[in-house]
Amino acid sequence: MIPAPFDYLRAGSADEAIAALAEHGDDAKLLAGGMSLLPLMKLRLATPSVLVDVGRVHELSYIRDAGDHLAVGALTRHRDLEISDVLAAQCEPLRTVASEVGDNQVRHRGTIGGSVSHGDPASDLPALLLALDATFVVQGPDGERTVPATDFFRGFLETALEPDELLTEIRVPKSPGAGFSYQKFQRRAQDWAIVGAMAVRDGDTRVALVNMATTPLRAVAVEEAIAGGASATEAAERAAEGTEPSGDINATPEYREHLVRVLVRRALEAASA
Amino acid sequence: MGGSVRIATTVNGQAHEHDVEPRLLLVQYLREVVGLTGTKIGCDTSSCGACTVLVDGESVKSCTMLAAQADGSEITTIEGLAQGDELHPVQAAFHDQHALQCGFCTAGMVMATVSLLDEIPSPTERDVRLGLEGNLCRCTGYHNIVQAVLAAAGTSR
Repeated sequence: MIPAPFDYLRAGSADEAIAALAEHGDDAKLLAGGMSLLPLMKLRLATPSVLVDVGRVHELSYIRDAGDHLAVGALTRHRDLEISDVLAAQCEPLRTVASEVGDNQVRHRGTIGGSVSHGDPASDLPALLLALDATFVVQGPDGERTVPATDFFRGFLETALEPDELLTEIRVPKSPGAGFSYQKFQRRAQDWAIVGAMAVRDGDTRVALVNMATTPLRAVAVEEAIAGGASATEAAERAAEGTEPSGDINATPEYREHLVRVLVRRALEAASA
Repeated sequence: MGGSVRIATTVNGQAHEHDVEPRLLLVQYLREVVGLTGTKIGCDTSSCGACTVLVDGESVKSCTMLAAQADGSEITTIEGLAQGDELHPVQAAFHDQHALQCGFCTAGMVMATVSLLDEIPSPTERDVRLGLEGNLCRCTGYHNIVQAVLAAAGTSR
């Protein structure tokens, strides 16, 4: 399978990438690691006429301690997250979930910013960043703005990013010692989650769901139940509230609703252990 | 639209320069432009790992990378592992442990193993099974493959 023809531009910096987007508008698409975009282009589900390769914008590959939070450059690869000592000490959930994305080959190429910008409800990292209350830094022709993760994912593969904007940084609160569990239900090790549930417990309990709607989402009903004193088992009964799972070759919507209740209970229990 | 881009690569130690279509995939570049057909195209959807090669020492699926993205990189394919007639230790271990049946996945398995052992020199069996999750074999049931990787690492039990 071969992508439709396109013009290829390589950006050497964030500014160059934004200038290229401004010039080519809606016809242009950013290419980071390509782990989501290239398969779509090979299937001709995406046919951008200009591809702006930001894969070598090394200034956006970093993991920094920024005082009250960690700053992660958008072009940091999953592999770099997986072996990061800073994350192991200050945000182990991000390190763990990065190590569960795809397989080794995918983690050598794929980036956190690419995953977030793609906004796939079946992806691991967007849901985690919702659960962590992360903030995204976005740069456009008029400067920089920040968007909370909870406002970022708008629809199926649709985010708050404008066509001329580049996601540059992901800010995650430090969470040393937080309880965490990601329950990823899949048929084969490297597959996308059929359903995933993750719980972060650090005084507060936050729960996010993978592949239960057109966007990653927080299990608000479960969080409210826990805040009101419910047990994990009681709270997990409400895990399918507010979700709109699709049906596909792997699971019917009803089966996904069943799975999410089981997986949320397991995640809550494992995160408190 | 389309045009061409000039890329310079080093494949198995040999320098190359080519004008390629931007949409040319790395696997096609290696097989059809450079002429190295040891790298296989299996699923062509980034699932099976048959097309695994090393780019700057790390395993990647060459069906899901543009040749243009490999500009300036050092690429190693299955043809680049042996030293003359002497097999690479991972190749030798796959041979000794009979870690293949039809052989279609083998080049990708071997390349993924070389990368894995570079990152985890003394893996446990679990490390090996997780580390090769991106490579599918439909013949062997993986047992001998895992044994071969452990043997290559010198940690066979």
